[in-house]
Amino acid sequence: MKINDVILRTVVKGVVFIILTLGVYLFFSGHNAPGGGFIGGLVLGSGIVLLYITYDLETVHRKMPFDFKKVAALGVLLATGSAIGAIFFDAPFLSQTDIYYTFPILGEKHLTTVTIFEAGVALTVIGTLVTIILSISEDE
Amino acid sequence: MTIEIAIILIPFIMAALIPLFNRRLQKSFIGWVVLVIPVSLFLILTTYIPRIAKGETFSHTYWWIPSFNINFTTYLDGLSLIFSLLITGVGSLVILYSIFYLSIKESLHHFYCYLLLFMGAMLGVVFSDNLMVLYAFWELTSVSSFLLIAFWHHRKASRAGARKSMTITVSGGVAMLVGFLMLYAMSGTLSIREIIGNVDEISEQTLFIPALVLVLLGAFTKSAQFPFHIWLPDAMEAPTPVSAYLHSATMVKAGIYLVARFTPVFGGEVVWFWAVTGVGLLTLFWGAFNAVRQSDLKAILAFSTVSQLGLIMSLLGLGSVAVHLGYSTSSVIYTQATFAALFHLINHSTFKGALFMMVGIVDHEIGTRDIRRLGGLMSILPFTFTIALIGCFSMAGLPPFNGFLSKEMFFAATVSITNLDIFSIASIGILVPVIAWIASVFTFIYCAIIVSKTFLGKIKPDILEKNPHEAPVGMLISPFILIGLVIAIFFFPNTLGAYILKPAMSSVYPTFPATAEMTPHIYAWHGFKPELFMTIGVILVGLLLYRYMKHWIKIYRLFPQKWTLNAIYERVITSSENISESITNRYMNGNLMHYFIYIYVSFVVIVAGTFLTLEAFSWTPSLDAPVENYELLLVFIMIFASCALIFAKSRITAVLLNGVLGYAIAFFFVIFRAPDLALTQLVVESVTTALYLICFKYLAELKPEKTSKRVKLSNGIISILVGSTVTLIGLAVINYEKFESISVYFEDSYKLAGGKNIVNTILGDFRAFDTMLEVVVLLIAGLGIYTLIKLKAAKKGDADT
Repeated sequence: MKINDVILRTVVKGVVFIILTLGVYLFFSGHNAPGGGFIGGLVLGSGIVLLYITYDLETVHRKMPFDFKKVAALGVLLATGSAIGAIFFDAPFLSQTDIYYTFPILGEKHLTTVTIFEAGVALTVIGTLVTIILSISEDE
Repeated sequence: MTIEIAIILIPFIMAALIPLFNRRLQKSFIGWVVLVIPVSLFLILTTYIPRIAKGETFSHTYWWIPSFNINFTTYLDGLSLIFSLLITGVGSLVILYSIFYLSIKESLHHFYCYLLLFMGAMLGVVFSDNLMVLYAFWELTSVSSFLLIAFWHHRKASRAGARKSMTITVSGGVAMLVGFLMLYAMSGTLSIREIIGNVDEISEQTLFIPALVLVLLGAFTKSAQFPFHIWLPDAMEAPTPVSAYLHSATMVKAGIYLVARFTPVFGGEVVWFWAVTGVGLLTLFWGAFNAVRQSDLKAILAFSTVSQLGLIMSLLGLGSVAVHLGYSTSSVIYTQATFAALFHLINHSTFKGALFMMVGIVDHEIGTRDIRRLGGLMSILPFTFTIALIGCFSMAGLPPFNGFLSKEMFFAATVSITNLDIFSIASIGILVPVIAWIASVFTFIYCAIIVSKTFLGKIKPDILEKNPHEAPVGMLISPFILIGLVIAIFFFPNTLGAYILKPAMSSVYPTFPATAEMTPHIYAWHGFKPELFMTIGVILVGLLLYRYMKHWIKIYRLFPQKWTLNAIYERVITSSENISESITNRYMNGNLMHYFIYIYVSFVVIVAGTFLTLEAFSWTPSLDAPVENYELLLVFIMIFASCALIFAKSRITAVLLNGVLGYAIAFFFVIFRAPDLALTQLVVESVTTALYLICFKYLAELKPEKTSKRVKLSNGIISILVGSTVTLIGLAVINYEKFESISVYFEDSYKLAGGKNIVNTILGDFRAFDTMLEVVVLLIAGLGIYTLIKLKAAKKGDADT
């Protein structure tokens, strides 16, 4: 039986865009406002899951040809890598640093290495979330 | 980065590189590329010989974890040098031999990778001055040995042998670790040299003897001393080059190294003397005695290695008397035992390495190692026969080969010890030379067996059918180099003594000045002394017993099969497996409800119990903020949802009600101004609900439970207890005053971590270690779920392999 889900598909087209934008926003707003790698990753991940639920696996996979297991692994690599990286600057494990930098158009921005760490967290969350849900739903 | 650290690291780096260039390289070249490493390391190490002979030592420290006293300290002295030369020297020859021994169809990259791993670990063991680093390398040698024994892992015997060696050596290693920790507790340092320096303070403490015993356990298991020797014969399932390298020349000598290294610390103790000497002698006898009854050439060599290791061990025990006596002109004579131990250590590596390679050639060319099927190979394998003959003569202690010299010194040491009147040697000391002599007779017999049963007599017809021929030149180079050494050392033993053994002696006896007795001049002929008569006796009685072996071989059947060490080991392993299985099955019964009960009951008992015993619960409602009406409304919604959840008839209702609970909590977070938590809760709740819906098709229809009233009642009580415990904790922590609040620290987050959002700075900065590990756990959990679902045990039969 083919389910008529035109409404869902139409809504999702718009909503997913909003969710993903929100996820990116939350990720970057992290350090000084609510947000951060974990929540950002969760929101982005749930947006992707929503896509998978609405459209079939093949369609989404064609548009987003990622192996989400590898995304998760990359996340862990980033998180641990940024932690180990500190050692090479003669600082204790997991040390982070930050600077203020004035960009030409954007103005003064706060740049910090914790973003790399948080990106690792976010990628792991996205990867793991999608991997779990995909593997459960793909199982026959 | 100093040369010594580089020497340890280079094999590891090479091992890591092998997989990278493996694909581009023709398979037959891997061995040659790998061979460069040990050869160059050996050459580098030889440049140290003159400087070390002058009494120099080389030490470098790389600060690793200074706060725990764990530093990567390399220390190169005479003792380390002997072992490192053996490791790299024999390593080079073994790799050269393997190039021709192993077919290119084997997974050579694994083989050489493990071999290099072992080489690096072994060099690490002998170069480390820090006990923890030494321990780490020590276990790494066990691991690489495990991998090498199980190299032909499709064979059941290989896997069993690997597991056995791993079990025994690692248990000993753990005991040794405890001993090291005791030493650390007593001395406050992990550096071996500093421990040796403080030995007077340490030796009076109560932990001294336990530490001694535990360290010895590590050494005995590694060096296959009785009764732990049972792993070594089983380890012969490894490819022959591995047996030659790990299980005769290097790894099994790690225990010898440890005993020699710790002689300055423990040497003065009577326990040390009798444990090392006694176990050594027992091993010497038992190994030689059992070697005679074996029919597999490699098994004979395995037991012979056990026996020879016992010989070296007992010599170290005899030599430790000198430490007890302290330095004087009369006591220094006893250091000659240690000298003989180090001398025999080198000699054993030469002749045993050659013999293993000889067996490898026989196996390779003839296809069997069973002496009942071999014979008369002298004419077919003349070069191999030469190797066997010289190797066995040296092992049996016959001139003109190096084994003769060290065997004579061994006899001399056992005889001279009987003159002493300490440690109750006077009463039972006479047993030392007697056991040594009897064991040497058996050594002579199995040497005769190896030579005559393999090479003399008539050729069996089924061997001739295969048209056997002499091994390729490449396989003969390595054993011939070793055989050359066997002869060269006999004629120039004192060069070896002056350059290699002398500095090692001062490592074992750091407080002794270097006198003539410390490095005795080695003579092949030293007059009609007791040791010469003992050797002559060994030859005569050995020949006689060998001639009439048929008549006394029956004594081996007297010992009941049920009580052999192997049978006992098997029984202990199987029964412990069975017991743990039955215990586990009793509580891991697959009933999810039971698991929940375990978790919740222990939670209530531990948490509520702590609260009650410490009287930590205090709640003063007047201090709490007033409860608003809209908060009450949320509470009622939650109570309603959770009550309805219990009586829900279908799963979809239950899932949705659960969602109601979650979203209500998110509302609470909003009300109490925790936007981060609220956001997280909302997203997690949505994702979980989606997950539930996906999982629906796997869940059975919700049915009314058919449980008895009693079970229902007890479940109810547990739920109420858990609920009330959590509630009480929640109420108690609001105004908890027993500990100071740590939140003050985080309030400074902007200055400390450069972020205004405390929650995020805690996650990303203050407690970043937790976050990092949580991320790793998340990945592992995800992969776990993935593998559980995707790779369902398709082949049920594979489960136990």
